[in-house]
Amino acid sequence: MALDRWIALAFIALCCIYGYAAFFTMDGELPPILQRNPVWPSTFPKILTVMGIVVGLIVLFTKKAPADGGAPKDGVIDLTRLGDYHVGQALGLLVLMVAYALTLRPLGFVGSTVCFLVLGAIILGERRFHILIPVAVIAAGSIWYLVQEVLGIFLRPWPGMFM
Amino acid sequence: MIEGILIGLSAAVTPFNLMMVVMGCVIGTLIGMLPGLGPMSIIAIMIPVAIGIGDPTAALILLSGVYYGAIFGGSTSSILLNAPGVAGTVATSFDGYPMARKGQAGKALTIAAIASFAGGTIGAILLMIFAPALSSVALLFHSAEYFALMVVGLSAIAAFAGTGQVAKALMMTLLGLMLGTVGEGALSNTPRFTFGMMDLQSGFSFITLAMAMFALPEALFLVMNPARAASGSGAESGKITGMRITRAEARSIAPVIGRQSLQGFFIGVLPGAGATIASFLGYAVERNIAKGAEQEEFGKGSIKGLAAPETANNAACTGSFVPLLTLGIPGSGTTAILLGALLALNVTPGPRLMTDTPEVFWAVIISMYLGNLVLLILNLPLIPYIAKILTIPRTFLIPFILFFTLMGSYLGQNNATELLILVGFGVIATILRFADYPLAPLLIGFILGTMLENNFARAMQLYRGFDFILERPMTLGLLVLAMLLVVLPSYRGYRARKRAQGIADGD
Repeated sequence: MALDRWIALAFIALCCIYGYAAFFTMDGELPPILQRNPVWPSTFPKILTVMGIVVGLIVLFTKKAPADGGAPKDGVIDLTRLGDYHVGQALGLLVLMVAYALTLRPLGFVGSTVCFLVLGAIILGERRFHILIPVAVIAAGSIWYLVQEVLGIFLRPWPGMFM
Repeated sequence: MIEGILIGLSAAVTPFNLMMVVMGCVIGTLIGMLPGLGPMSIIAIMIPVAIGIGDPTAALILLSGVYYGAIFGGSTSSILLNAPGVAGTVATSFDGYPMARKGQAGKALTIAAIASFAGGTIGAILLMIFAPALSSVALLFHSAEYFALMVVGLSAIAAFAGTGQVAKALMMTLLGLMLGTVGEGALSNTPRFTFGMMDLQSGFSFITLAMAMFALPEALFLVMNPARAASGSGAESGKITGMRITRAEARSIAPVIGRQSLQGFFIGVLPGAGATIASFLGYAVERNIAKGAEQEEFGKGSIKGLAAPETANNAACTGSFVPLLTLGIPGSGTTAILLGALLALNVTPGPRLMTDTPEVFWAVIISMYLGNLVLLILNLPLIPYIAKILTIPRTFLIPFILFFTLMGSYLGQNNATELLILVGFGVIATILRFADYPLAPLLIGFILGTMLENNFARAMQLYRGFDFILERPMTLGLLVLAMLLVVLPSYRGYRARKRAQGIADGD
């Protein structure tokens, strides 16, 4: 089964969970006064559930349109040759983003941003550290200044124990 | 009206107010370029500065300059990085980014600058002419019509964004609407679909979702397939010669600009519609009326596809000032913040604004012309330098794009959990793109979801049920139109498939 149909199947499953919450769990908590209303908080989600399941089934069971033919477009990812792409680098960057989210507060903005920019470039194959590190430090410092001092949005620059 | 223009000119053309126009445009453009910071957040940040000025005319001139600048700056990041920080410039990236990848970043930015200028200026002229009359038309729209209008907008977006895959686009629209219902609803203030998580109490943030749908998958695709970056950007896009547009190109986009200035302005006037719907509808309409090869070109770097949303969103920005200035009703989130700023400055927008403080009303309109002119003068010479962003090596550029994506989402909420949500949605969006699902309908469904539900609920309460569909002919007409928009392309696709099958069988 093609990936788009797997996604349609997952979407129908999501609609079922969403619909279960809308049909069976939400109305119980409704205060009696609101029950006299023609529209309840669950009304719109119920409509969405029904429409979602119908549209999901249409995508799942409609015959796929014949491909345009010809060579694959330039720069487009061809799923059948996924192994040929730098999937490892992409996964590495995703892990790095999660690590950034988790270290932003404990390490402080400047430290975690410099680490993120340097490690991100290293994952992509950059080895010119004499350019990379100053660029990362200047960028992190100037963005912190712009956000904190000019725009007035609080960003803790250093780890909590130094502040 | 002549008297009004003269009052406006004398109030706006003072050295201090001119400085405010220039300052507003520069600040708006620079900050608007950062993905994640849209006009709403920039205006919110600038409010203390504006109140500090004290003079309501100068303050409003500064804030409207920031507004225009931010919309223009947002289109720059849409074109160069495919990272629209503002919902109104999402449609700009459909053709602007493919143009940048083809090495025409300079030309794309020039077209965006000219289209924005034309849209904004024509919008300002229309505002001057129609402001009083339009306010009475907008008043005719009830919540039932707003609901139907939004359904039409969503159907049009699904019908045209799907390029023959209407069901897939509809599925994405519905997913967007479902994501929009997460959090506290306006109906009863009870949390819905939060699964007990406090972080979901206020729902998903629009900026996080926008970043996850557009910037993150694009960056990941660039990482996975370096040919994607090499096929477009690089040295060629940095060339200054790339920014010239030919006479033939100018002739082909002129009617688009004319049509979309009008359409965008009138959509902008309707409260709740605003720049986002205007830009998507503008794109959809132009795509639908384009013929043959030109229609094929949409989504792959069509200059018409770039000019249409750019003109429409700027014209709609001007249009959204009509309900604010004449009725005191903000038409969009941004004008709502402007309304707050005006009230803080002791100016009450509404029907009496034109008679009580005509200098404020007219000075703002005159400053719109000036602002658009300043934006054009400011941006055209800077385009070659802005386009240089694409010549930065990808080992430096990609971590920076990812970093701006993370920052955009973090600054909106000041919450690190938002970053984890961003990564999660980014992975889902990348998988959806692998399977060729259009992502724009998802985002627009999410943005319109809350407004759609509120208007639906209001109409249901007023008519004690679904009777509003039958009792209001305009609502019924709009809903039938929405149905046709979805059914017709599907039927055409079905016929084409049958015909192709017939030919294949004949062989």
